[in-house]
Amino acid sequence: MTSAAWIEAGAIRETRDRDVVQAERREQLMLALLSLPALAVMAALLLVPMAWLLGLSFIGDDGSVTLANYTRLFADGSLFTSMALTVQLALGVTVICAVLGYVLAYAITLMPGWAQTLCLALVALPFWTSALVRTYAWLVLLQRKGVVNKMLVASDIVAEPLHLVHNLSGTMVGMVHIMLPFMVFPLYAGMRRIDGDLMRAALALGAPVFYAFRRVYLPQSLPGLVAGIVLVFVLSLGFYITPAILGGGKVMVIAMIIERDVNLHLNWGPASAVAILFLVSVLGLFAAIGRFLSVERIFQGRG
Amino acid sequence: MHQPVPLRGRIWLYALAFLILLFLVLPVFVVIPMAFSSSRYLDFPPPGWSLRWFERFFTKVDWYESMLVSLKLAVATVVISTPIGTAAAYAIHTGSHAFFKWMRNLLLLPLIVPHIILAIGIFYIYVRIGWLGDFTGLVLAHAMLAVPFVVTTVLSGLRSFDMNQEMVARSLGCGRFDAFLRVTLPQIKGSVLSGMLFAFVTSLDEVVLGLFIAAGHNTTVTKVMFGSLRDEIDPTIAAVSSMLVIGSLTIAFALMILGRDRKTARQG
Repeated sequence: MTSAAWIEAGAIRETRDRDVVQAERREQLMLALLSLPALAVMAALLLVPMAWLLGLSFIGDDGSVTLANYTRLFADGSLFTSMALTVQLALGVTVICAVLGYVLAYAITLMPGWAQTLCLALVALPFWTSALVRTYAWLVLLQRKGVVNKMLVASDIVAEPLHLVHNLSGTMVGMVHIMLPFMVFPLYAGMRRIDGDLMRAALALGAPVFYAFRRVYLPQSLPGLVAGIVLVFVLSLGFYITPAILGGGKVMVIAMIIERDVNLHLNWGPASAVAILFLVSVLGLFAAIGRFLSVERIFQGRG
Repeated sequence: MHQPVPLRGRIWLYALAFLILLFLVLPVFVVIPMAFSSSRYLDFPPPGWSLRWFERFFTKVDWYESMLVSLKLAVATVVISTPIGTAAAYAIHTGSHAFFKWMRNLLLLPLIVPHIILAIGIFYIYVRIGWLGDFTGLVLAHAMLAVPFVVTTVLSGLRSFDMNQEMVARSLGCGRFDAFLRVTLPQIKGSVLSGMLFAFVTSLDEVVLGLFIAAGHNTTVTKVMFGSLRDEIDPTIAAVSSMLVIGSLTIAFALMILGRDRKTARQG
């Protein structure tokens, strides 16, 4: 081949490459346009409101730019009390869900196929019913003359009906009920992939059951457990309806402080400052965990 | 053969699992007998039976009107969030630019941000632009909440679909949108339908946003229910609840059937 032909061939290849690059760019642009409506909705109803809150949180009573809303928060002890309560409640709910969820998910993996499908459907069932309806149901069950108290008194476990609702424990029961499926699905998805022969091998080699569980099974189920724990903990931090109804005004979680501040203060600075602090903590938690787990993976349990 | 859990242990385990399942399932159904109770208190089991709470629901304007608002809202949410969510999922799936990864994270944000924060942010803006109690405002807010569910379900559908089929259609002269409508969409329609049902239920069950931005003639049924639960309990809520339970369980059942069809279609 002559050098002229070489150069010509090179030029052709170059233009072709350029065409390909351009077509690729057009393709990406077209796809970006396709996602524009969804992005617009997110921008208008999620990003703008959050930015708006951020701005409001720096505006004082007299309309000037100030840090007063934040300094007031740190000076006011009630916010810390309620933060501590929120974290405690979320932790308690997470621990109970982890224990119940682990047992349930493990039991399901041992069942024959049809029973697994049935049980998973039963776990998903409350998932589909409104949280508000379930909160109401717990009010019916846990009240002073409710089923649970009637059963406890009738079976002589307690002499007097217990205060099961309008307090912290009632709130916890309601929240565990709502969050438990979020724990079971990632756990089950992880456990299903564990090879049963590994446990059998450990037992056949003489490991005691608990030792084999701790060294062989537990480490392999850990990713699902962590996903469930993260999801339940973070979602529990944001609860509003359940504490508001089952807490009877005694369980002042952060979400309720925000709601109270919105209705209490004519200016919007204080509520915005609490909301921004809360938002930063939740997003920070997710960002820290997102290094290990994608949000989508965590949420895949649903559906 | 060494079983990981010996038979006796397994029976204990199943018994525990059964109790946990009872804990999950029973409360859902408690509301149904309550709806037919003759008592105006929270007696359970009900002392007698009547249809008075259903009668009250259909004769009292705030109740049935708010139910109509919620149903209309849920339908409008599906109509808006399904096409935009599906388009976004398609872009995320086929796009290779880093932008799409970033966009997916943005579109999933409503799952993480506590609803109370979204609610007051939107509330403050709607107060400013006079959209409190406005139907369009409610639809847009609910569409924002529903988009992540549409995106994730459609994405999972696209992942199990062979995109080369669309390429083939296009190389044979089919237009891009046509190829999507006639080749891709029919094969992911199960996921799209699931996304629609998710969007519907998300909107119907939403409470916190509605508490702040729904008002007047556009009050959602969940807002009325919440008020009744917090202040004084109107037993009509049992009738409404049982209707909601039956409705959402029907949807869940439809989804299960859809899921099974999809699975068998893949195997076949």
